[in-house]
Amino acid sequence: MTLVGESVKRIEDPRLITGKGTYVADVTLPGMLYMTVVRSPHGHANIKNIDVSAATSYPGVVAAFTGADIAEQLGSLPVGWVLDEDMKQPPHPPLAVDKVRIVGDAVAVVVAETNAASVEAAELVDVDYEVLPAVTDAVKAQASDAPQLHEEAPGNLAFTWEIEGGSWDEAVKNADVVVKEKIVNQRLIPNAIETRGVVADYNPGTDQITMWTSTQIPHLIRLLFTLVTGHPESKVRIIAPEVGGAFGSKLFLYAEEVIAGIVAKQIGKPVKWIETRQENYLATAHGRDHIAFAEMAGNKDGEILGINVVVNANMGAYLSTFAPLVPTILFGIMLAGVYKMPNVKCKVLGVFTNTTPTDAYRGAGRPEATFLLERMVDRFAQEIGRDPVVVRRKNMINAFRNGYEVPTGVMYDTGNFKGALNKALENFDYQGFRKEQREARRNGKLLGVGWSTYIEITGMAPSAVAASLGAGAGLWESSTVRVHPTGSVSVYAGTAPSGQGHETSFAQMVSSELGVPMENIEVHHGDTDKQQFGTGTFGSRSLAVGGAALHMSLAKVVAKAKTIAAHQMGVPEKQVEYSNGTFIVEDIPERSLAFGDVALEAYLAKDLPPGMEPGLEATSFFDPDNFTWPFGAHVAIVEIDPDTGDVQLKRYLAVDDVGNVMNPMIVDGMIHGGVVQGIGQALWENAVYDDDGQLLSGSMLDYALPNAKNLPFFETDRTVTPTKVNPLGAKGAGEAGTIAACPAIVNACVDALKHLGVTHIDMPVTSEKVWRILDEKGKAHPRRK
Amino acid sequence: MVTNNFEYFAPESFDEAAQLLAKYRDTAKILAGGQSLLPIMKLRLAAPEVLIDLSHVPELSEISSNGDGLTIGSMATYYELSQSAVVQKAAPAIAEAAGQVADVQVRNRGTIGGSLSHSDPAGDMPAVFLALNGAAVARTRRGTREIASDRFFVDLLTTALRPTEIMTQIKIPVATGKTGSAYSKFENKASHYAIAGVAAQVTLGSDGTVTAARVAVTGVSSKSTRAKRTERILIGKEPTASVIRRASDRAAAELQDDLTEDIHASGEYRSYLATVIAERAITAAVERAR
Repeated sequence: MTLVGESVKRIEDPRLITGKGTYVADVTLPGMLYMTVVRSPHGHANIKNIDVSAATSYPGVVAAFTGADIAEQLGSLPVGWVLDEDMKQPPHPPLAVDKVRIVGDAVAVVVAETNAASVEAAELVDVDYEVLPAVTDAVKAQASDAPQLHEEAPGNLAFTWEIEGGSWDEAVKNADVVVKEKIVNQRLIPNAIETRGVVADYNPGTDQITMWTSTQIPHLIRLLFTLVTGHPESKVRIIAPEVGGAFGSKLFLYAEEVIAGIVAKQIGKPVKWIETRQENYLATAHGRDHIAFAEMAGNKDGEILGINVVVNANMGAYLSTFAPLVPTILFGIMLAGVYKMPNVKCKVLGVFTNTTPTDAYRGAGRPEATFLLERMVDRFAQEIGRDPVVVRRKNMINAFRNGYEVPTGVMYDTGNFKGALNKALENFDYQGFRKEQREARRNGKLLGVGWSTYIEITGMAPSAVAASLGAGAGLWESSTVRVHPTGSVSVYAGTAPSGQGHETSFAQMVSSELGVPMENIEVHHGDTDKQQFGTGTFGSRSLAVGGAALHMSLAKVVAKAKTIAAHQMGVPEKQVEYSNGTFIVEDIPERSLAFGDVALEAYLAKDLPPGMEPGLEATSFFDPDNFTWPFGAHVAIVEIDPDTGDVQLKRYLAVDDVGNVMNPMIVDGMIHGGVVQGIGQALWENAVYDDDGQLLSGSMLDYALPNAKNLPFFETDRTVTPTKVNPLGAKGAGEAGTIAACPAIVNACVDALKHLGVTHIDMPVTSEKVWRILDEKGKAHPRRK
Repeated sequence: MVTNNFEYFAPESFDEAAQLLAKYRDTAKILAGGQSLLPIMKLRLAAPEVLIDLSHVPELSEISSNGDGLTIGSMATYYELSQSAVVQKAAPAIAEAAGQVADVQVRNRGTIGGSLSHSDPAGDMPAVFLALNGAAVARTRRGTREIASDRFFVDLLTTALRPTEIMTQIKIPVATGKTGSAYSKFENKASHYAIAGVAAQVTLGSDGTVTAARVAVTGVSSKSTRAKRTERILIGKEPTASVIRRASDRAAAELQDDLTEDIHASGEYRSYLATVIAERAITAAVERAR
């Protein structure tokens, strides 16, 4: 029996929903101390003096450290993606030494016997600041008189990145129409339900540092920790226990990981730091924050000739681990979308500001590209007076199975974009809706429909390609399959989940391939002392790359077992067939050996084929030759309250093509969650700074996360176009929903107001923004003021 | 998220609670659900030295009604209010507003007395309390007085309660004749507090004209406030759609010098929303009165 393609219930859930999971906060060690970080209250300031004496004399306090005390040991947080030699990498000390550049920059730590004492004492640390003018906007930061963040980066410019495929000038020359729009992709706060946290333990006998940390990349954290501190990689163990959500925000080496490790080593006792939600909003990387100027050229018959984009990407005060990758490669190469777009031009300015660093957040670059492109397609269709679906279809690339190269230089693997669009049109009565919309308008109601036909890039990544683009680490994935003598199986995965259900999906693969029941399979991950090096979980890669590595190990194990089985049954190997966990001699079904029996023989080793090593396990490393490229068509239907401007999402339909599906329930769950995050950005979420660098949306009271009560039932469906990039035929599914949803929602909002001449609304589409548009057009409820 | 140190008392009778408050006065805070107080203590924006928890004083949670009206114990939770048949019958606006407060967790813990005493500028309960012409029963060890809702809210987060007084009950007078009440709000998508919330109570005479009307607005300014111009337009008229519209248009007229502005809404938009939401609340109240 195969479990591949079955909606097997998640085997990790019983422990998680009954409170039996172990998160970093649950880790308690004998003699453990608690660390509180003293953070800058200013967006930009010189540190003139730090006095920790009152803190260190507080009862229960063991030590306090400033940047000046331990700068040498802490080093500088590195950038793992270097675009070119001109990219500026100013120092990023984990504890600020002479200057703070963000509200929330760490300036000192206090370590005490209780958490309460460390919090109390941290308030007694006296820091003398000389406050400097701040800048938080990526365009304003480029002004000649703007405050300067780093000596190394004049004009606050971290990098300039450009790409051109075809010729934008040529597109303009041949176009009937060029439409232009300023498109802002606002700053977001990732909001994993579990904040970050670290427990660091130092063993002075072995010089070993063990660190529990809530991360997506345990092995890369180990590597980066060693690079920063010089502590040997062989003497560092990183454990990511249960990780309660990440969305990209736990994909980076953070200051507190380095500080806790070094402080534990310094003091010789375990140190625990658990991030508060307030700290999380300031000290965990944010997402997005683009101010873009976009142009699209095309003809009146609906043909799109090209797109030109200039982006001001707000990088925050420092470059986070993967930050340079996000607004450049993951954005620029995606600008052709699902269209025959002959000319693409893009220039990205990476800008330092006095804000929390931005980096990968669910979708990372692709939501920005997809939002901009799908908005501009609608904008263009509106300009030439054509239906947005007709324009999309006219420009769509035809189905292909052997690669399609777009002008940005990347090769899509497989695609059937019109197939997904057609499926969406089967599920949604578009013409019927248009009729309903016209009637509603006559009755003073504002209905709108929005489309988003997207493609995205997942399965990070072919290592050589990534390296040529600036990656500082290989992006392959690994697995070990260890079959025990009694036939149960342990899998050691290089990926590191934060809620994606890997244990279930991987166990399904093992169970199907080896015929071992699910309950006899353990999937291990997130411990650098248990697993071979793995890259981790991000970029919708775990099944497409990690699953492929598991597939390879399973094949090696089966091959060896088959050799043993043939030997045991005394027949040539070519006469042995393997199915459902049983080795059967061809045409003689009564001569067979169960997989578990062969496993035992492999360990008893009393009669193995000559020269064969005992044991039954295999390790594999899979490095794909391309990314995988999922795609789909999403449709949103909104109703706008003409009295208040409030946007109500009435229906949401999604058709996604993620290739072959291992567990449909898990994929649906990822689509649902992704769509919710996209809706959140489209309608509600907004990280807002004032000019001094204070985060005004500094808590959940002011940062609006989506609520179930404001969401409709999602109507999800699929088409299946397998990839040839990996043996599973699977593409990534983790980010698709987030990428597709924003343009679908905003296109629907604009569609609802199109008859008033509205061409664009920036996210989030708040009720006040809509009300102001209605008011301006003379359509707001007439009220005395 | 660790509060400053504080001493915690859980008195089991009113007298015990009042004695404690008399002893500690300004250094103490009454804990009446804690849904506002504990978060601001964790953020270290408040640091009372003493907390007096009223949740173990059973009589403070009682809800009853008689010929004079509705009496609600100050420790009745939003959940209890939203589910109470007595409240739904005597003062549906209270049940309606209580069911819209924040989320389930908050509604299970937060209390009407806590809300009124806190006087959050965007709280739901203060507006309903004003519209229903309620009174707060304020007790000390020595005596009891009633504070009319119109005198209760003094300023931002400030009420007429004295340092040694504990609010024990909320009294809502019995509505005479054909009376209806309603609460409507446009909520902040993050906090679920009101960006603009309006509570209305309307009484109709036998000829169908409005004989009494009380309308109160929350979320728009520094405290919940009666919209007296709106009320005056309604009184004496048949509440047709156009009369209600005209009256609602003045819902924020008295608040123009005190409009709240923040990242969620400008003062101008809040002021506008108050008129729309007032129209909804008054229309619903009138329908219930008929």
